Amino acid sequence: MILWQLFVSYLKIGFFGFGGGYAMLSLIQNEVVVQHGWMTNAQFADIVAVSQITPGPIAINSATYVGYTVGLQMGNPLYGILGSMIATLAVCLPSLTLMMLVARFFLRLKGNRWVEAAMHGMRPAVIGMIAAAALLLIFPHDGTPDDRNFIDGWSWALFAAVFVGSWRKVNPILLIGLSAAAGIAIYYAF
Amino acid sequence: MLFTIFASFLKIGAFTFGGGYAMIPLIEREVIDRRGWVERREFLDLLTLAQSVPGPISLNTAVFVGYRMRGLRGAAAALAGTVLPSFAIILAIALFFANIRENPVVDAAFRGMRPAVVALIIGPVLSLSRGMHPALYVVIAAAALAIWGWGWSPIYILATAAAAGIAWEMIIAGKSKR
Repeated sequence: MILWQLFVSYLKIGFFGFGGGYAMLSLIQNEVVVQHGWMTNAQFADIVAVSQITPGPIAINSATYVGYTVGLQMGNPLYGILGSMIATLAVCLPSLTLMMLVARFFLRLKGNRWVEAAMHGMRPAVIGMIAAAALLLIFPHDGTPDDRNFIDGWSWALFAAVFVGSWRKVNPILLIGLSAAAGIAIYYAF
Repeated sequence: MLFTIFASFLKIGAFTFGGGYAMIPLIEREVIDRRGWVERREFLDLLTLAQSVPGPISLNTAVFVGYRMRGLRGAAAALAGTVLPSFAIILAIALFFANIRENPVVDAAFRGMRPAVVALIIGPVLSLSRGMHPALYVVIAAAALAIWGWGWSPIYILATAAAAGIAWEMIIAGKSKR
């Protein structure tokens, strides 16, 4: 059943979500776009954009949104709400259980040599995962024209402008807002 | 008490734009300065732990503080507070999104935002990999290629990388004994 798959997928995302929000993007993308096809690559970019301008971790935002979308496919908005609750709960469960165990038993984990070695080994993999998420957003595997995030020269110009902006530490919410305004100017007004 | 924990983390959850690290100053102010639930020295240790456990760092921090205060119930209250604002906002957007998504102005705005999002994701790739050993660039590239090009699950990559980190430490340990 699709709600069960949703639960398992987000449990996996929560359980393997090492390295913070951007690293989790790759996990979410793999489950939601590549494995299950619950949303297209462009829809995935949209939810990342929405996550940037709303509060909360992207893992939670995407769980709520994807859960709703998947539940809705069963034909009733109530299933959508149920789906969003299931996915959000699933992504939180590993944090809740593991962090309580740490608080209870493994306070000594900090500075543990083997934990640190594992974290050290994961660091380049995490960076590679973030790069993979970006690559997949730029070059989708077999995307239909609707599924592309880069549609023309303007896309690349916006990409370059935002990249420079973020390099100079401009607030990301402002950058997203400005590119939304630019999108309206380019694709709607003119 | 449970309600105070819930309310404090609700406030933190409602104002943490832009992911985990942005909320650290907020948590500091609320949990250390205002409530005195955690000592500043302890907070640094807590952050390190929250990063070594999978899951969003804001959730992990909330669970830890809540659990220390009031056990399982405290952890649940802190978690609920952190999650509720994003859950409510995104659910509201999702409920209305289906309709406004068809709007040509909204559609144009999203066409502008999609490449911007990709640019924001690439930034950390460069800043995080700065100063790393050049050999690790090969690992970064291989991981990216395997996930993007061959569609490997990032889970396998992470597990392999963690094992490699431990193996490396064992080799070094073996050498230093001799």
